Amino acid sequence: MTTPFLTLDGLTRRFGDHLAVDGVSLDLARGEILALLGPSGSGKTTTLRLLAGFETPDAGRVLVEGFEVTRLSPAARRFGMVFQHYALFPHLDVGENVAFGLESLGIKGEELKVRVAKALALVDLEGFERRRIAQLSGGQQQRVAVARALGPEPRVLLLDEPLSNLDPTLRERTRRELRDVIRRVGITTVLVTHEQDEAFDLGDRVAVLRDGRLEQVGTPDELYEAPRTAFVARFVGRASELHGRVREQTADGTRVEVQGCLWGIPSGTGVRSTFEPGDPVQVLLRPEALWLARPDAGLLAATVVERRFMGASALYLVRTDAGSLLDVDAPGWAAGPGDRVGLAPSRRSGGGIHLFPATPPV
Amino acid sequence: MSALLQAGRRRVGPGGVLGASVLLLLLAWLVVYPLVLVLLEGVRGSAGWTLEHVREFVARPTEWQALRGSLVISLATVLLAAVIGIPLAALLALFDFPGRRILSAIVALPAVLPPLVGVVAFLFLYGETGFVARAIQAVLGLEEPPWRLEGAAAILLVHAYSMYVYFYLLVRAALLSLDAAQLEAAASLGASRARTLRRVVLPALRPALAGATLLTFMTALASFSAPYVFGGGYRVMTTQIVATRLNGEEALAMVETVSLTLLALLALALFRDADRDPTRGGGKGTGPAARPVRNPLLRAALAAAGWGLAAVLLLPHLTLLVVSLVPVGTWTIEAVPPAWTLANYLTLVRDPVRFRPLLNSLGLAAAATAASLVVAVAAGALVVRARAPGRRGIELLLGLPWAVPGTVFAIALATAFSVHDPATGRWILVGTIWILPLAYLIRSLPLTSRATLAGFRRLDPSLDEAAASLGAGRWRTLTTVTLPLVRPSLVAGGTLAFVTALGDFVTSIVLYTYDTRPISLEILSSLRQADVGVAAAYGVVLMVLSALVFTAAADRQGADPT
Repeated sequence: MTTPFLTLDGLTRRFGDHLAVDGVSLDLARGEILALLGPSGSGKTTTLRLLAGFETPDAGRVLVEGFEVTRLSPAARRFGMVFQHYALFPHLDVGENVAFGLESLGIKGEELKVRVAKALALVDLEGFERRRIAQLSGGQQQRVAVARALGPEPRVLLLDEPLSNLDPTLRERTRRELRDVIRRVGITTVLVTHEQDEAFDLGDRVAVLRDGRLEQVGTPDELYEAPRTAFVARFVGRASELHGRVREQTADGTRVEVQGCLWGIPSGTGVRSTFEPGDPVQVLLRPEALWLARPDAGLLAATVVERRFMGASALYLVRTDAGSLLDVDAPGWAAGPGDRVGLAPSRRSGGGIHLFPATPPV
Repeated sequence: MSALLQAGRRRVGPGGVLGASVLLLLLAWLVVYPLVLVLLEGVRGSAGWTLEHVREFVARPTEWQALRGSLVISLATVLLAAVIGIPLAALLALFDFPGRRILSAIVALPAVLPPLVGVVAFLFLYGETGFVARAIQAVLGLEEPPWRLEGAAAILLVHAYSMYVYFYLLVRAALLSLDAAQLEAAASLGASRARTLRRVVLPALRPALAGATLLTFMTALASFSAPYVFGGGYRVMTTQIVATRLNGEEALAMVETVSLTLLALLALALFRDADRDPTRGGGKGTGPAARPVRNPLLRAALAAAGWGLAAVLLLPHLTLLVVSLVPVGTWTIEAVPPAWTLANYLTLVRDPVRFRPLLNSLGLAAAATAASLVVAVAAGALVVRARAPGRRGIELLLGLPWAVPGTVFAIALATAFSVHDPATGRWILVGTIWILPLAYLIRSLPLTSRATLAGFRRLDPSLDEAAASLGAGRWRTLTTVTLPLVRPSLVAGGTLAFVTALGDFVTSIVLYTYDTRPISLEILSSLRQADVGVAAAYGVVLMVLSALVFTAAADRQGADPT
């Protein structure tokens, strides 16, 4: 990475006894888009509000190009923000909303008009200046919010759940438009979302948060293929879970006993810890990592509970004889509900099976 | 976690702390301090502290009569108002018949009659020399008027007329906000109408019923005009306080004031949480559609009853109008007045002495309302926006004048500001032009602040943050974002405050000076001089002004900026 443009350095924010954000550190390159992903309560919104300056951290700093802005007011940071419900001023028209931030900079008259028009053009809303906010569709409101935030040419763009307010049919299109605008402007961007699709689609990198802590930062591929924790593996993409016990670990791979079967997991992305023989482990399985066959000795015996046809393949929900429920991706003709089947690690993917130290029983 | 929740946890700057301290101090000085002084005066004698006046209060049977009278009148008023208001609300909200819309509007009309004006209208209409009594006397050929409008029954008649509106408005709103889907769900689950009423409708109405009960009780307890004019020998505490004070028994009046305050606070404590709405939080549904009445006979009966009621409700207004337009002594037994005149109105406009009260009332009410709105906006910014420390205290103090009867506040202010002692925060304001606007201001605080705080609470806090992130300072955010958006609330609260101050009688009668005499006192003195025409004309003016202000405000609110 080149020299960081935006730095979050050990940001911490406490609400009473609750640590909402716990020592989050991140670096963003100029023009990079970072998605903060996490379930509700993970601290992603608070992190964004610390960045925006609506919250003051109990510890840690925010730096832009090496200069600290932690104590600066929201406006003085020159960060633009798009709010979850847009927070458009309902009593002002579209043009007045977009002009609001520009007027703060002392821009007026003809230049103001030009800048407002330019900002609206950026989001494909040319000529919308005199429309009332209430007359706009949800997608248009979202674009006005983006234009208003980008109007004063901020250094960083912050987006709080930018698509959550739109109905699903609009989301994909708006997402594409949003991505295009950000790319065209080339602005460094941090966005908050709880939707993995959104994070993967918009973010150059994704930061997964859990209970206020940063679990992992990486490109979408890295997160999917090499999750550093069981939480990331479960939260990013689909994964089923089994418990097993390590037999031996060699340079080539790890042999694990899972419900009476012995599986070899090749070294690489799937195994990031060293284990001693006998260690209990959590085995996280992507649906495509299992191979579904006729029942046979040496295979994990299971019964198909449900088959969901997905087009190119089908997603099977199977119950092992030991009672675990697993998702398995297999050709649509492979089996039907009620069929007895055998499961083994698939040979098509080297990855897709991840071993993590079992969390000790509470 | 929702951004809303977290916005509430923003840190408070030093400005917020300072502002909250100043406001809290101001409210403590204006709202609490005078009441405390009254309490102290009640237990102070010429030689230090004494319970002598309290003992005297307890020993006098008339004091107990007055206290019991206040309680009985208030409870009976609640009962009467409920019996009239609830069926009316149900009828007009749930059933459709000819004239329903107009009737819904007319039914709320008693609300635009200031208390004293209503009382005067009743005097002209149902008094022993009033139209109704004289008509009956003429028809039956009686020697004496058929009744005297006096005592508890007379007070209750006026109360029922003016206060059923609370039950009507609150219950109607609750009925209209019922979720029709809930009623359908109950029906589809096999509930009978009775069970639906008991298990679904009544629980949803409970907050409205409790709210109306409290509102009616407090208003009746504080009522002054009706007992003052019609009470006769029937004692209630509000008029008793003023009478005792006129007798020069200052300390005893203080004890009486305290006793009335305690009664009011007791009622408030009993009903404190009763109007919390436990049914909120469900989905917001569409209200049930009014059911057309199909039976033609029933339709006609309902329409006739409705219009009959409307006539009864409008009679006081009409009476005032007629009395104001008829020359004194010309109308005796004719069905229609033989002569009409504008002389009363001309007197009012041409005679500077008679015109002065109108200007006084307008000026005093406008000044008090403006100041009250400034306090309310400051409270909104501090309590809701900045979430400054002490916000609960600020809200409590802003609401307190509502719970304390007007007579009590008038006495309290008269006590607090009749002494020059700046060291204890007391200046002589009684007898100056400042005391009345101050009294109106304090009495209007609950009205303006309740509406304003609600307006601030409805605002999305991220609007403020959006303005801040776009570089707007606090002042620009307040003037260009917050105030335009809470304007409908300010208009609503301000209107109520202005109209209340315009028609105020209860505090004015204690605190007015000749230079600041308001309309209500001019009405009273005209009546005393048997100048009923001018009194009625002033009543009409007050009524029209109130209606105009309400209508103008409704238009402004209609132009909702959102």
